[in-house]
Amino acid sequence: MNDFVKKFIERIIEGALMISSTVTTLTVLLITIFLFKEGISLFNQSPLEGDNIITVSANNKVEHISSAQIKNIFDQKITHWDELGGKKDSIILFTFNDLSTYFSDDEIGANFELLPHKIDSLVSNTPGIIAVFSKKYLAPNFKGKIVQVENVSLTQFISGEEWFPTANPAVQLGVLPLILGTLWVSLIAIVIALPIGLATAIYLAEVANQKMRNIYKPIIELLAGIPSVVYGFFGLIVIVPMVQKTFNLPVGETALSGSILLAIMALPTIITVSEDAIRNTPRSMKEASLALGANRWQTIVRVTVPYSISGISAAAILGIGRAIGETMAVLMVTGNAAVMPHSLLQPVRTIPATIAAELGEAPKDGIHYKSLFALGCILFLITLVINLWVDYISRKRSNYSK
Amino acid sequence: MHKIESKNVELYYGSFHALKGINMTIEKNTVTALIGPSGCGKSTFLRLFNRMNDLIDGVRIEGSCLIDGKDIYSKEVRIEELRKRVGMVFQKPNPFPKTIFENVAYGLRVNGISHATFIEERVERSLKQAALWDEVKDKLKKSAMELSGGQQQRLCIARALAIEPSVILMDEPASALDPISTAKIEELIYELKSQYTIMIVTHNMQQAGRVSDTTAFFYLGELVEYDSTKKIFTNPTEIRTQNYITGRFG
Amino acid sequence: MDINTRKRLAENTAFWVFRILSLGVIGILFSILGFILSKGIGVVNWDFITKMPEDGMTKGGIYPAIIGTLYLIAGSMLFAFPIGLMSGIYTNEYAKEGFIKRFIKLMTSNLAGIPSIVFGLFGMALFVNGMGFGDSIIAGSLTLGLLVLPIIIRTTEESLKAIDNSFRHASLALGATKLQTIRRVTLPMAMPNIITGLILSIGRVSGETAPILFTVAAYFLPKLPTSMYDQVMALPYHLYVISTSGTNIAESRSMAYGTAVVLILIVLILNLAANALRRYLGKKYKIN
Repeated sequence: MNDFVKKFIERIIEGALMISSTVTTLTVLLITIFLFKEGISLFNQSPLEGDNIITVSANNKVEHISSAQIKNIFDQKITHWDELGGKKDSIILFTFNDLSTYFSDDEIGANFELLPHKIDSLVSNTPGIIAVFSKKYLAPNFKGKIVQVENVSLTQFISGEEWFPTANPAVQLGVLPLILGTLWVSLIAIVIALPIGLATAIYLAEVANQKMRNIYKPIIELLAGIPSVVYGFFGLIVIVPMVQKTFNLPVGETALSGSILLAIMALPTIITVSEDAIRNTPRSMKEASLALGANRWQTIVRVTVPYSISGISAAAILGIGRAIGETMAVLMVTGNAAVMPHSLLQPVRTIPATIAAELGEAPKDGIHYKSLFALGCILFLITLVINLWVDYISRKRSNYSK
Repeated sequence: MHKIESKNVELYYGSFHALKGINMTIEKNTVTALIGPSGCGKSTFLRLFNRMNDLIDGVRIEGSCLIDGKDIYSKEVRIEELRKRVGMVFQKPNPFPKTIFENVAYGLRVNGISHATFIEERVERSLKQAALWDEVKDKLKKSAMELSGGQQQRLCIARALAIEPSVILMDEPASALDPISTAKIEELIYELKSQYTIMIVTHNMQQAGRVSDTTAFFYLGELVEYDSTKKIFTNPTEIRTQNYITGRFG
Repeated sequence: MDINTRKRLAENTAFWVFRILSLGVIGILFSILGFILSKGIGVVNWDFITKMPEDGMTKGGIYPAIIGTLYLIAGSMLFAFPIGLMSGIYTNEYAKEGFIKRFIKLMTSNLAGIPSIVFGLFGMALFVNGMGFGDSIIAGSLTLGLLVLPIIIRTTEESLKAIDNSFRHASLALGATKLQTIRRVTLPMAMPNIITGLILSIGRVSGETAPILFTVAAYFLPKLPTSMYDQVMALPYHLYVISTSGTNIAESRSMAYGTAVVLILIVLILNLAANALRRYLGKKYKIN
């Protein structure tokens, strides 16, 4: 009986342990579900804010309009209908803000009760007009034409060059500048950090003696432990002014400042992972090289580094992964201008920084909110690819050393 | 003058006394087998002669080791120069993850030789000397990792021969190989004797008997007996040598 | 120049370059620490850590932020430590080699690689909105807990893996069950290392900002929480706010330095504690 109870308890505990071990899997799954549920619902949705509609006069040939075109009309970059495939008429824009220039208060009525009729006649009598107004002011027998606005599509989202998620009346959701900003800042960071990190890793694994290693290791660990917001603060008060002064810029919050800071933050990852890889080179391999009259440096260059190259590349990839996902430090020093990056000395904005800066102000379940989740999906996919890649590399390496 | 000589060599790993007053002389173009139970110091002794022990932290060496009458531990000796003259073959085949050709050429390249035809000739000659040429001549550009264990070990021998050492140290070169490969290596050692002075550490008594001219028996860091192989295996002076050879301890 | 001289020259040059670059890495750390500590240490006094912020966070202290961070540490560890420990034990002691074990490990490393801002998004979607906790200590703690879960799992696994199988076999051979062996032999031996991992993950939790932005952190809240459904201030978010978007950035600079010093001190102390523990351990194992 006692034995039976004992066995029963063992089973229960084993079950509990097993359930705990599924938590991480479950979390990854849940993250995927929640992120993509919100993110995907962004697509095939009208980019128009609120319940706005866009109308033109009945004999206008234009049937569809994209959100980028709407913005260009508002910015007066598009001024004639022929640019949209219509007639040669110039475009006359009417929005709710223009009410008072077209109509007197009496004409509209105290509660806008006469407005639908007024808009109707305005639209049908003005050939070049484009009128943006709320659906509730649409007259029952509207004589103009409602133009279909193209829904938000994935290709637009990925390739669009304008990020203006609060634009009125049509939001601009092009993430290309954010993706490029993220990649620029991260890649330059690794270009700075890799040589330094690799040199330090080689120094620690092959040159330094045990005593030096014992001093260096905890310091590098500490460097990894400093919170990113502290790095950001340091960047803000030291690196940003330094960059500004060195290059004589109007502002120091630039892609370069972000890259320098990220390089510092990526160093511990690069050093630790590549040092492990270098240390994994079989002793016999190094001895064989030394026994042939190579010195230590030749052995490092010709045997050790080539042997551990996959581990070193894993270190670089992991470093890029960290840099791409880093939020606070980048948010604090890169200036966050959502424009296509042209120079390292301009402000840029990364994907994580965008989410951090905007999510607090995006109304729940609105198009802005969803677009930030879609950004989260992109970030999640990038890091997932990086992780699987690193896993693949290290698996190949362990097969090789067998 | 003896080819190799050790005088009162003491070696310590930290506080562990690994070699105790070893005196030994080795003549040119001979094969000397170093035998003894594990941890007796035979491998440590072997590695004295290309200063491989220098790589280990906390090693202290006293006495002197001479090759061609010169102390290899004196300050004037450049360690890489020494290692060029004293080749080494390790217990497990350890080719580099490079092509077969580049493995053999490695020692030449790191010693500053870049003349292409010279390197090609030397690689071919070394592979022939190591009796590997016929097996690999069509796949010199293939990775050395694709060779069998026995071929890899002969490649490592070719790699050592390419820089024309005068002494070759072999640390149990056949212990990781099958009997056929072992036989090939032994044959090779016999042939190399005419040009090189060879020291070989082995656990295999028959092997020592077959390939060597002289044999040294080490026990607990001491050189117990050193004599011609024939004498050691048929009529050893020391009882400890006899016990080891007849398998009473080991 | 003969080849040997050239070889030696190349080696010496390379090694000196490496030495200098590694010294540079160390130098970076010391310049960051030195700069912030020298500017901020004067701000940190008893009042600073026990008083509420005043005058638009340009004066007073950071008491509620410290308390908030402590709550978040406690909350996240309460959740992550048991689950991480149990999960680590399962994967190392019970799970058989094969697809499932590999899959769990892959998922754990994936979770570790997910950027912290994505955790923030997820925490907001699931805990704040989905489960209706709102911006609260519990939502923040759960989000932070998920973030450090892989760290705890990994240290548990590695500490258990480091224990020689002979100890397990000895215990099993004496008639102990698997669970008894884990409880009385394996786990106690691994515990100090696991605790080291725990300490380091506390450091991580206390410094993370992105995951708490939308799940718990309050911009300015000069009172202490009364339940786990309350919002709190937290040190890292406080530092972010007063250095970038406070009401008066210039005047709250000294507050920012002080907050950064407190954050650094927390990480420094936790790291030293973890290292001391590790060294103590190293000694203990040598005696055995």
